[in-house]
Amino acid sequence: MNYDIVVIGGGPAGLAAAVSAWDSGARSVLILERDKELGGILNQCIHNGFGLHYFKEELTGPEYAGRFIELLQQTGVDVKLDTMVLHITDKKEIHAVNTVDGYMIIHAKAIILAMGCRERTRGAIGIPGDRPAGIFTAGTAQRYVNMEGYLCGKRVVVLGSGDIGLIMARRMTLEGAEVLACVELMPYSNGLNRNIVQCLNDYGIPLYLSHTITKIEGKRRVERVIVSKVDENRRPIPGTEMEFNCDTVLLSVGLIPENELTREAGITIDPRTNGAVVFENMETSLSGVFACGNVVHVHDLVDFVSAESAKAGASAAAYLSRNTDGPAVEVKNGNGIGYTVPQKLRLENIEKFTELYFRARQVYGESALVLSCGGKEVLRLHRERMAPGEMEKIILPKAKLAGLTGELTLSVEEETL
Amino acid sequence: MTELTCIVCPKGCRLKVDEENGFAVTGASCPRGTAYGKKELTAPTRTVTSTVAIEGALHSRLPVKTSQEIDRALVKEAVAALKNVQVKAPVSTGDVILENVLGTGTDFIATKTMGRI
Repeated sequence: MNYDIVVIGGGPAGLAAAVSAWDSGARSVLILERDKELGGILNQCIHNGFGLHYFKEELTGPEYAGRFIELLQQTGVDVKLDTMVLHITDKKEIHAVNTVDGYMIIHAKAIILAMGCRERTRGAIGIPGDRPAGIFTAGTAQRYVNMEGYLCGKRVVVLGSGDIGLIMARRMTLEGAEVLACVELMPYSNGLNRNIVQCLNDYGIPLYLSHTITKIEGKRRVERVIVSKVDENRRPIPGTEMEFNCDTVLLSVGLIPENELTREAGITIDPRTNGAVVFENMETSLSGVFACGNVVHVHDLVDFVSAESAKAGASAAAYLSRNTDGPAVEVKNGNGIGYTVPQKLRLENIEKFTELYFRARQVYGESALVLSCGGKEVLRLHRERMAPGEMEKIILPKAKLAGLTGELTLSVEEETL
Repeated sequence: MTELTCIVCPKGCRLKVDEENGFAVTGASCPRGTAYGKKELTAPTRTVTSTVAIEGALHSRLPVKTSQEIDRALVKEAVAALKNVQVKAPVSTGDVILENVLGTGTDFIATKTMGRI
């Protein structure tokens, strides 16, 4: 089987990438999706708040996915559902399996990785205590309640205040469960402020910042959890224990890009993002293999996933007719910067400007973002506020980048008033 | 003066609403935020999203939302009103699933197209 472009994953990233590749002139495009329908995680995100940037209106997750599925249906992109990709090779062969075609090897000229991310589990954060039933990741509980019709508990404690945890605190409440607390290790929430207001405050659910679960107790099912305050080094403070009698613990403790296929293909991974290192056009270290969406870095908003994926789709289509190799400058973390995407810029490939996404390492008030090269300042931008929970973007005009070589460093300078 | 976090969009502007001065709103970076600030203190509303049971589709739940925002105090009751609603596939996005929820004049509509399988 041969295709010009194969997109791995039919969630928001894969959909936007495939539509964009088609719109950019590619005429042999295939999406491989392991679920029985397109749309990915959006299918279980039944709440609204999606699409304000991309569609300029407020949509629910299934509606947002539906818009892209309609766009896809107007193209000639092929789709294989219920299909699991097992391997990708450095020769751009894709090994996949389903119940219709059996085991297949697909030869692609370009590949777009759009596998998204997975939730961190209890094992990843090592909560002490018993190992009873009743401990779920928030996203698993979300799929159960919103798609399959099972409410996974009656008395709930949510650990972590990421958006999925906040959304699920409200959802469980509306379905008749009692959410006793949302517990956050950090002194600030990683979720959007609007979700703290409309998911916790609207329903009187307390948020305990700088707290964590230090013990889970229960024989068959969760019976209670112990929550302790933590110090500035995130260590539990003895004597601050609180007991919550609950039957369910929901974990919203972070997402990890799902890159088993990427690693196996020998593609360079950035330890800061756990995603592939990408160039300005979303191409990975393996020529002709692109990546976009949460498999590259975890986004806050699907709108930004769509925009990034459209770029990857267009780049893959362009790759079919021209080589994009060239010398690259690397973008390094300076003070206060957690990561940047892209990590490498091939200046010759930038037309008018390129976007640089990044996250701050801590909460900043009035501050300046400084991009420098070899000690020289290239760009300085003012920010009123930055937080690790909010992905930031800067636009780099080509004119500012002309002639730069070596390394660029992005850093934060605090402004004292 | 009341301080609020705007929930209109993900930006989450911090608003100040002056109740003594005709609910004048400061801190919003768009007109929708200004409108939200006033409404939140006078007659707060929310879009409600939930699910209903569906037969003959790929999954057993169909996602729905209110076609407009409703009184915030009615949210729980509105979700409870969906408890015994049962629909059959096929359903298209935008189909009315429950009319005139709690007499608000707002309908619950489907937010997903689910074919019959």
